[in-house]
Amino acid sequence: MAALMETEGLVRHFGGLKAVDGVNFRLEPGEIHALIGPNGAGKTTFVSLLSGRLPVQAGRITLSGRDITRLPAHARVRAGIAYTFQITSIYPRLSVFDNVALAVQSRGAADIAAGVAEALARVNLTGFDAQEAGTLSYGHQRLLEVAMGLALNPRVLILDEPTQGLAAGEIEGFKALIRSLVPDTTILLIEHNMDVVMDLADRITVLNFGRVLAVGTPDAVRADPGVQDAYLGGHHAAG
Amino acid sequence: MSGGARIWALHLALVAMLFAALFVLPTYHATNLARIMVLAVFAMGYNLAFGYTGLLSLGHAMFFAAGMFAMGLPVWHWGLGGGPALLLGLVAGGAMAGAVGLLALRTAGVSFMIVTLMFAQAGYLTILYFGQVTGGDEGFVVDAAARRLFGFDLSSDVPRYLAALALFAAAMAGCLWLVRSPFGRVMVAMRENEERSRMLGYDPFRVKLAALVISGVYAGAAGAAYGLLFGYVGGSFATIQYSILPMLYVLLGGAGTVLGPFLGALLMFYLIDITSGFTSAWLFFVGAALVLLILFAPKGILGTIRERGARWLP
Ligand SMILES: Nc1ncnc2c1ncn2[C@@H]1O[C@H](COP(=O)(O)OP(=O)(O)OP(=O)(O)O)[C@@H](O)[C@H]1O
Ligand SMILES: [Mg+2]
Repeated sequence: MAALMETEGLVRHFGGLKAVDGVNFRLEPGEIHALIGPNGAGKTTFVSLLSGRLPVQAGRITLSGRDITRLPAHARVRAGIAYTFQITSIYPRLSVFDNVALAVQSRGAADIAAGVAEALARVNLTGFDAQEAGTLSYGHQRLLEVAMGLALNPRVLILDEPTQGLAAGEIEGFKALIRSLVPDTTILLIEHNMDVVMDLADRITVLNFGRVLAVGTPDAVRADPGVQDAYLGGHHAAG
Repeated sequence: MSGGARIWALHLALVAMLFAALFVLPTYHATNLARIMVLAVFAMGYNLAFGYTGLLSLGHAMFFAAGMFAMGLPVWHWGLGGGPALLLGLVAGGAMAGAVGLLALRTAGVSFMIVTLMFAQAGYLTILYFGQVTGGDEGFVVDAAARRLFGFDLSSDVPRYLAALALFAAAMAGCLWLVRSPFGRVMVAMRENEERSRMLGYDPFRVKLAALVISGVYAGAAGAAYGLLFGYVGGSFATIQYSILPMLYVLLGGAGTVLGPFLGALLMFYLIDITSGFTSAWLFFVGAALVLLILFAPKGILGTIRERGARWLP
């Protein structure tokens, strides 16, 4: 099957720091793909290249076979790539309604109010429409950002540590939400919470020092000795 | 009453009051009010760029003057009529803003402020340099024959007042409609969080350019109307002072509110009018008013009222 998104030899250095250093990556249509790796591995930088927030220094990105390496970020969003920020990025002084409406109207929906209601219902924020977004609790702000991503009706939804700051109960709801999105939407999920990753992901890519350390099913990745050394072993021992 | 109906009712009420004022006010104040309404249109345009989209421009005098001269020069040199000249002014304001925006919008923040200031300064010097054609420093009087619209003589008080009111009402309705439209939401989104807006699929450059062009159309219309209604076109309207005035009006009345520019223009006009009547140090009072404003109501009068409860105020 043709990949939905694919990268070849993707590079982004910051001075001498090789944040992303020749990454080949495939996102299959309809999958939940987790991107894991230690802090500073280059995960956020990598998805920033995918979404166009950062310019690529070398390599190639395709979406359904179309080269989008030089496409500006806003055009990639229109092409179906939605991105939710690791550091929550909403419009704190606008109402929850307006926050989501901006996403709904961006996809050209005719009925903005209906689109907003639907997106808010999916993340359990119904009834918060009129509240100023900045006064929401941190967890609710994260969910609002996810709702904005959903409201774009993307083909690919990139989530950068979406469960960070969510309460245990909210995480269960979040997992159910993500499962309900596939296969219409393909998910690329950066996540530190291993339970969420192992539970949700069809496939996992492990990044380390800007390079791909391993790719495979959760079981295969868990069993990979290189991964255990670099990441999982230490992480689980500490956690 | 639904939110939308209440908002339109409030704004229509203001137009009705301004209409009634014509029959109540002595001529001196009615003429002042006509001036204020035209200047408020200028400030509304400034507000669309600055208050709603977050573009801090110091070059709007150029768009005002572009409208004024695009109206006045064809009248002076070729005897064009008032109506077409007015339209020409409005188009010139928008075109000038578009041209400046194409270059200046590659910068943001303080750089944008400085670049627009430089462009406006260049515009002013251009007017002086081509003084033979533009009237230079002295300017020129708009021919009485051209100061007619639909058969009304704009140099007499009542038609002039009504023309100013018509322009003001149209501009306000346009502004209200725009800021409540989906595009208005995107303008505010650019002001509030440009990066997020980009990642929702909006091209910041295009959105800001569109907002600046609309703003320029307002400024151009105001400049053309000012020249036509009060009969004088001059280079002094292209000076930095006329870039700062609309900003003061907007800050005083409330940036990002539809009625703020009018309220600000009204208060500032009379503050200057009254204080300059008994002291030559009237600038001191303007300064004092601004200091008070920044200390006690940094969001301007209507911005503060909106924050303190009238959340529905557009
Ligand atoms: N704009 C930047 N300028 C300079 N260095 C940067 C920049 N962005 C990221 N880096 C560096 O690049 C490396 C990769 O950062 P990145 O944010 O991609 O890691 P990450 O895998 O997302 O980490 P985390 O799990 O902590 O979010 C880090 O060493 C980081 O300090
Ligand atoms: Mg990160």
